[in-house]
Amino acid sequence: MVLEFFRKQKYIAVQPEPVNRDIPEGIWVKCSRCNEIIFNKELDKNYKVCQKCGFHFRTSAYERIAMTLDEGTFEEMDTELLPVNPFKSAEYEEKLKAARKKSGLSESVVTGEGTLRGFPVVMVVMDSNYMMASMGTVAGEKIARAIEAAVEGHKPLIIFSASGGARMQEGILSLMQMAKTVAALDKLEKAGQLYISVMTDPTTGGVSASFASLGDIIIAEPGALIGFAGQRVIEQTIRQKLPEGFQRAEFYKSHGFVDMIVARTELNSTLANILELHLRGEK
Amino acid sequence: MPATLEFERPIQELETKIEELRKFSTEKGINLTNEIAILENRAREVRESIYGSLNSWQKVLIARHPERPNAYYYIKYLFTDFMELHGDRCFRDDPSVAGGIGRFNGRSVTVISHVKGKDTKENLARNFGMAHPEGYRKAIRLMKQAEKFKRPVITLIDTPGAYPGMGAEERGQSEAIAKSILTMAGLKVPIISVVIGEGGSGGALAFGVGDRILMQEHAVYSVITPEGYASILWKDSSRNREAAEAMKVTAQDLQKLGVADQIVSEPLGGAHRKPEVAADLLGQALAANLDELVGINTDILVANRYEKFRAMGNLAGTY
Repeated sequence: MVLEFFRKQKYIAVQPEPVNRDIPEGIWVKCSRCNEIIFNKELDKNYKVCQKCGFHFRTSAYERIAMTLDEGTFEEMDTELLPVNPFKSAEYEEKLKAARKKSGLSESVVTGEGTLRGFPVVMVVMDSNYMMASMGTVAGEKIARAIEAAVEGHKPLIIFSASGGARMQEGILSLMQMAKTVAALDKLEKAGQLYISVMTDPTTGGVSASFASLGDIIIAEPGALIGFAGQRVIEQTIRQKLPEGFQRAEFYKSHGFVDMIVARTELNSTLANILELHLRGEK
Repeated sequence: MPATLEFERPIQELETKIEELRKFSTEKGINLTNEIAILENRAREVRESIYGSLNSWQKVLIARHPERPNAYYYIKYLFTDFMELHGDRCFRDDPSVAGGIGRFNGRSVTVISHVKGKDTKENLARNFGMAHPEGYRKAIRLMKQAEKFKRPVITLIDTPGAYPGMGAEERGQSEAIAKSILTMAGLKVPIISVVIGEGGSGGALAFGVGDRILMQEHAVYSVITPEGYASILWKDSSRNREAAEAMKVTAQDLQKLGVADQIVSEPLGGAHRKPEVAADLLGQALAANLDELVGINTDILVANRYEKFRAMGNLAGTY
């Protein structure tokens, strides 16, 4: 103790100031995996995939629609459906407002119809910018309506999932959206219509445990987090750290729950091929 | 005497006092009938006032009460010739889920349930009622079997949630739950689902897509546990009481929200106080609902089930 007092004080080596790589937003972005600085326009051109390391940036719903459907063909459905606050929580009200501001969307899901290389499809896209694309009553309603539109219009359905799970703020009603959307898929199934599920980062909780896992064909984007329980919850339950790559798309595929992993740059042609193979003499 | 919950202390104190007076009276040969009657009256009032105004968190505690009758209790009490059927035919038999065939009021039925243990040892074996994917796959197998033989299905829900472990993820917890929901949605036989304790999130919903959803009076059903809600939304799992209120988890709340169709009464203080009474009341509710459902044409039954879930969360006036 005393000796310690006289010991020469050790100085903490001061880390050199990190080079400020925060470049004005909108022109450059930094890859969160390899730190490469990428010209934003280049990134957009490459489907928001890092050209150096192949990291897939998350996309907004409208970016995804633009990447997937033929230009100018998308017709959005149910834009008048706005989120509800069933228990009149002030806290939730604030969150909804903030989510709307951050994402520019009125809900976490965008649905509509359009064509993909000429094939008419019904498309559902979840946007993680909006409350981590959690599924509340209105998100569930929009998805169910889209599935019904696919049934009635005899069109293939493509759902791009991304979600943290059920929207807890809407309590049990959000849980029931799992049943609502899956019941609609049962109709699609019985109608013999094709459903392609594309799991993007992250597809977890109530969304992975409902419609996302029920595609006739399930595609995952490279590196996407896919699973039922959150990693922190699992770590707390088993009291150990999870191995690298646990619950990633590649893990999910090797365990048999995903048909294929497709890089975003190849996704459009893969979807078109699948649609083509499912044509029954009509187009 | 069941284990006492914190809020039940005043009742327990009165009961102990009455017991003491009785003992004293017989030992000393003194007549204390009047005094005992007064105390008994008082105890009844206190019981009615406490149990009549339980808050959400207190209901959660009753729903999780270690002595609350589990699914096996009701199965043994209500179904004759019950035969348990094991295994998912893929991986193993999950002891957190029980399923089988039996007779209910003379009619063959399939019963599927979560099973919590009666003590720590059994709870460890049954993983506290938290199923793995193979549990849901066993259930799916038995539901399809029920459909083949045109047997109604009764599901008893009692789980904190699906198990969040590594093996569960590796074997596809999400897919198993999704498939169970899908199977129930299209099943061409009547389904009655009863929440008999805790209905926790997707793991509960996997057995919850019924033509009728019943909840016992003190059962709870929620999208996540109150602890989970508080920890995720408020980063403070100790605010579980508030979370239980905010989420609306009680049978009474869920009936108002249009999720629960019917509340099944329990004996005063909860099913664990008089399990046989609770079982009789459950049996009556099941019989009445089953009688209504068995006559319905299966296509109409499935269409009605669709409409039922399709309307959930479709809050009047908002869209």
